[in-house]
Amino acid sequence: MSRIPLLALGAALLLVWQMQAGFAANSYEDASRLLKRGNYSAALETIETLLSANPRDARARFLKGLILTEQNKPADAIKVFTTLTEDYPELPEPYNNLAVLYASQGQYDKARKSLEMAIRTHPSSAIAHENLGDVYAKMASQAYDKALQLDRGNAAAQTKLAMIKDLFSGSVVPGKGSPDTDGPGIAATAQGIAGNPATTAAKPAAQSAKADTDAVLAAVNGWAKAWSSKNADAYLAYYAPGFQVPGGEARANWEATRRDRIVKPKLIEVTIGSPKVSFDADGRAVVKFRQGYKSDTLNTSGAKILTLVKNNDRWQIVQEKMS
Amino acid sequence: MGCPTRLFQAGSRQSLVQALVAVVAAGASYAWAMTLTPAPVSRQTSAPEAMLVRALLDIRDSKFSSALDHIDSLLVANPNFRLAQLVKGDLLLARARPINSIGNASGGSAEQVAGLRDEARARLVRSQIDPQPELAPRYLLQLPEKEKLALVLDSTKSTLFVFENTGKTPRYVADYYVTIGKNGLEKLREGDKKTPIGVYHVVSRLPKDKLTDFYGSGAYPISYPNEWDQVRGRDGHGIWLHGTPRDTYSRPPRASDGCIVLTNQDLEALAEKLQIGSTPIVIADSMDWAKPEEVESLRTELASSIENWRHDWESRNSDAYLRHYARKFTSNGLNLAQWSAQKHQVNAGKSWIKVRVTDMSLLLYPGKEEIAVATFEQDYSSSNLSNRMMKRQYWIRENNKWRIVFEGAA
Repeated sequence: MSRIPLLALGAALLLVWQMQAGFAANSYEDASRLLKRGNYSAALETIETLLSANPRDARARFLKGLILTEQNKPADAIKVFTTLTEDYPELPEPYNNLAVLYASQGQYDKARKSLEMAIRTHPSSAIAHENLGDVYAKMASQAYDKALQLDRGNAAAQTKLAMIKDLFSGSVVPGKGSPDTDGPGIAATAQGIAGNPATTAAKPAAQSAKADTDAVLAAVNGWAKAWSSKNADAYLAYYAPGFQVPGGEARANWEATRRDRIVKPKLIEVTIGSPKVSFDADGRAVVKFRQGYKSDTLNTSGAKILTLVKNNDRWQIVQEKMS
Repeated sequence: MGCPTRLFQAGSRQSLVQALVAVVAAGASYAWAMTLTPAPVSRQTSAPEAMLVRALLDIRDSKFSSALDHIDSLLVANPNFRLAQLVKGDLLLARARPINSIGNASGGSAEQVAGLRDEARARLVRSQIDPQPELAPRYLLQLPEKEKLALVLDSTKSTLFVFENTGKTPRYVADYYVTIGKNGLEKLREGDKKTPIGVYHVVSRLPKDKLTDFYGSGAYPISYPNEWDQVRGRDGHGIWLHGTPRDTYSRPPRASDGCIVLTNQDLEALAEKLQIGSTPIVIADSMDWAKPEEVESLRTELASSIENWRHDWESRNSDAYLRHYARKFTSNGLNLAQWSAQKHQVNAGKSWIKVRVTDMSLLLYPGKEEIAVATFEQDYSSSNLSNRMMKRQYWIRENNKWRIVFEGAA
């Protein structure tokens, strides 16, 4: 008697949770889009709503820091990024952005320390390295001015360091330059995970190849994001029904293993580096990229090839292999 | 994941080291450091300087982080130490991009940067100073009991040595980095921007509140031009020991108009011990360390010459007395012939003379000629006149005999 209502309750709870998760994901994308459009107050409002439900959400807090920076509220942005470094000392991005804010205020010593932390947590962070170089050069110039008694006034504004625009940005280089003029890999990443393949269908035929490429990249990014946010359901949903399970294992077993691997680590960070999309004669998309994987226990990277097919306007993985 | 090779990657750390090795090789200042060994333990120098030298030696050893730590901590207490700021700039810039010289500042004059490089070299040279307790400063032959200390300036080492009078061999107390005239040593003329070479003493004290900020924590004029300078027609005036402006920890080794400039901290430490009107300062090209027995034998030689002079004066044998005077002797406008005539006349009118010589100071005069300065209290009494005075004589070695070349009231 009592088992069925319990199951129903469980199913209902799961549904609510999924809806909430979906809602949260959507409001994050909304806020991100609003930020890109320059609608900062709306972006902030959206992200605050999200944060009132999930106050610890790292990505949302990170985005809030970016919005506050754009709103020219460095003190508030510094607070946001500082608490992020306290809560997630292993993430380089908040340290980097904290450093950018400090540097913009002429506090180079603090900027230097933050960047050194960013590099300590993530030795290959290109942006942090570049920024640290700039900070060192700026500090050197200050020291020289003191050595030679030069008063160059408020030269602090001359340094423009790069903010990292995306948490878990890995090795890709967003933030510098316009995404539209950069290569496809960078563009895809800068557009983030927000790309919606459905919207590309209506585009003119001449642009359909580009639209397909974008949609494929969006799928790959979405897959990485689902993995990074440890959302096993969303992650597994990127695999097509016809997915070739490695080693000929039963799909169910493979899924169970994957779930386990995704849930267990406290933190996962998957990055897509320099993705190259091509299409084969069957219309399948072949995406080659550098996959970075970092968890609390493991830090690896390698070349990966994903093959995707389009099922009902949705690009799904049929084959996955390390090359 | 792409793996950007930036700073601090294994490969480029190597290029950072190479960049600074290149600095060490190219920059005269850092190159000096290559041949250095750590400073001896008995030295008394200022803490900021010791930290700076440690940083420079760290650079030599490719310990860049440690070098920067030393520089940063010395700058906390001494933010106006310009050379330290310059080295800090180099250490930071080397992290941002390869550098191949010391002082990569844009802006500022080449002269300013060159001055700071010279200071780096001078500070490193100073780090090698090693006062040997078994050696004595040859210039300081004898100090009177009342004299607490004596100073010797070694211009090639940009260093002012402080010695304590112990009654025997003067004891090394401390040494300080100093700035001298832009055009170096051996002042001849007013405005030649040189520091005099010779034997002087501190004549007065000018307190801080009577001076502009330029002179820092005080000024101590010295007795340039002295009697020997005047005999040789050297002029100019206003050679002082003084401090640095508020915004300047130290100045390059050759930067003044002839004054001797110390850091304010060092000047203040020295000022406590200075005796106004008496503390001697010997300004030389370089310090002359000698075995105490050599110094003692020279001292004895001079002391006995002075004793013979005193004795012959008392004897009223004018010829014997006048044999102690050099051919080119002068005194207040009198030459040897005029002086001899006057002495013959004065001595003839006396039935007895008694001369006591006390509080003798004997200092060797730096330079090519062998000259010594004797300053003492002369207690003269005679059948018709008595007088007590401080006298100064310049003795010169002439035909291997010490003779008086100048004599006058001190």
